[in-house]
Amino acid sequence: MSGGWLRDTAVAMVVLALFLAFELAGFRSSSLLDFAIRFATFGLLALSLNLLIGTTGLVSFGHAAYFGMGAYSFGLLMQTGAWSIPAAILAALACTALLALVVGALCVRLSEIYFAFLTLAFQMLLHSVISSWISLTGGDQGLMGGIPKPAFLGIDLAQPSHLAGFGVFCLLLSTVALRQVVRSPFGAALRMIRDNPDRAAFVGLSVFRYRLAAFVIAGTFAGLGGVLMSLYVSGAFPSFAFWTTSGEAIFMIMLGGVSVFLGPLVGTAIFLLLNDWITALTEHHGLFMGTILLILVLGLRKGLLDFIMEHWRARKGARS
Amino acid sequence: MSGGRLQLQNLRKSFGGVVATDDVSLTFEPGTLSAIIGPNGAGKTTLFHLITGKLPVSSGRVLLDDAEITGLDRRDIVRRGIGRAFQVANLFPSFTVAHSLAAGLMAHEGRTASLFRGFPPKDIAARAEEVMELCGLTHLAATESRHLSHGDQKLLDIALALALSPKVLLLDEPTAGMGPDERWRMIERVHKLWEARGLTLVFIEHDMDIVFRIAQSVRVLRYGAVLAQGTPEEMRRNPAVIEAYLGAEHAL
Repeated sequence: MSGGWLRDTAVAMVVLALFLAFELAGFRSSSLLDFAIRFATFGLLALSLNLLIGTTGLVSFGHAAYFGMGAYSFGLLMQTGAWSIPAAILAALACTALLALVVGALCVRLSEIYFAFLTLAFQMLLHSVISSWISLTGGDQGLMGGIPKPAFLGIDLAQPSHLAGFGVFCLLLSTVALRQVVRSPFGAALRMIRDNPDRAAFVGLSVFRYRLAAFVIAGTFAGLGGVLMSLYVSGAFPSFAFWTTSGEAIFMIMLGGVSVFLGPLVGTAIFLLLNDWITALTEHHGLFMGTILLILVLGLRKGLLDFIMEHWRARKGARS
Repeated sequence: MSGGRLQLQNLRKSFGGVVATDDVSLTFEPGTLSAIIGPNGAGKTTLFHLITGKLPVSSGRVLLDDAEITGLDRRDIVRRGIGRAFQVANLFPSFTVAHSLAAGLMAHEGRTASLFRGFPPKDIAARAEEVMELCGLTHLAATESRHLSHGDQKLLDIALALALSPKVLLLDEPTAGMGPDERWRMIERVHKLWEARGLTLVFIEHDMDIVFRIAQSVRVLRYGAVLAQGTPEEMRRNPAVIEAYLGAEHAL
């Protein structure tokens, strides 16, 4: 294992310790905990999507399918009453990975625009299955009756403070894992394929296999986001797998930046803060969100972290 | 390096009714340096596409050291030992020079499946450095490919092919788009690489001064077919070649 991996783990542990200390010290206003859980949930969605968009060069419009799949499979397993939370999480991730494998195998051979549309189509297919299979999913009403949350290892996810800590833990773990994926020889292969699939094939890469692997990994981490979401709302709704959820994830990435690893997380924070702030001010919140996003995207022409990093590099270059 | 005989037997390629490669039979002996010339549209690049599996052949055979490679997947053809550089540099724009070569090496050796190591591992980085030294790219190791000059991009393209230790290296117009000085530097570099690695080198070139200076043998294509082949001297005396392509200025 490389040194970078160890350093990331150390940083993640410090962040987690700080967050838990913060909680224990009594700063557990419900809005902070609420934000932490939503940040972990959508951060996972955006960060995993950027493995496809930023690292592999595959613009998927259907990433929320895996978010929804994670939420529903976890929720349904827990409602049987026979599963512990960790086991149900692993099983839900396996289900999500399987879905991503099947959909990915059909999509990743296609070129850009067809890939985008086919991922969108599969997402809408899943959405309509969820909406219409009422006996299983509750249809538009969502999974009814709540999700039982038996305590495990002294962690009681029915308490918001535990759930927030658990969410932050999952996010940090995934961030370290995804960072290692990007930095590994495997990640280098993904970036080669993003830069130049033709030459990548010429030096010996199977473009199909690497794209598919990236698709499955990204889908699985989005599934973990879905699991957190279903824990947060104690249920699951068809909107989790609706195209607007995919669109929000793309917006978050655009806000934060595609070329810097943590860009999507910065974008998630900006998106959630803007959303909360504007929703409190006006009921026309879609109009205001749209305007702000347009100004940011058209004004900076790149994500915030992309913009900052570019300036920083340019200044460093000018000095040396 | 042993081996590296490339044989084309009765190779044909047609696109609909257009015959791009017409019954081409050529042999490139191990360790030789050959040029392919011919007017635009003579089928030179198409020939490279057929050899490397980028295009399927209509009929005929391609053999590397007497083993047939016709119709193999292009990745297999690269693994068997045929490397290729492109007319327009075909690079990984966001990779530095050092990382491009390291990534190419790892992909070639099937070592990119690893999720737990860093990139690039030390042994690979050392080998990438060797290739950079051979190609005179060491001072640009940390430069991203997209920021290289045109000439250095072409050189990196060749280095990328060379990193995979080919027995046969095909260069499609290595000096295309370069000024006169840059051209000669490039061609000296190519000549040095050929000497250092002892590989079978085949290059497409439009500049006749370059061809006649370094090539051991010349193959002339026209309308997809072989018009003539022989030493540079012979080609300069061949009336058909003079008429078809060279014009009076290069004739002897």
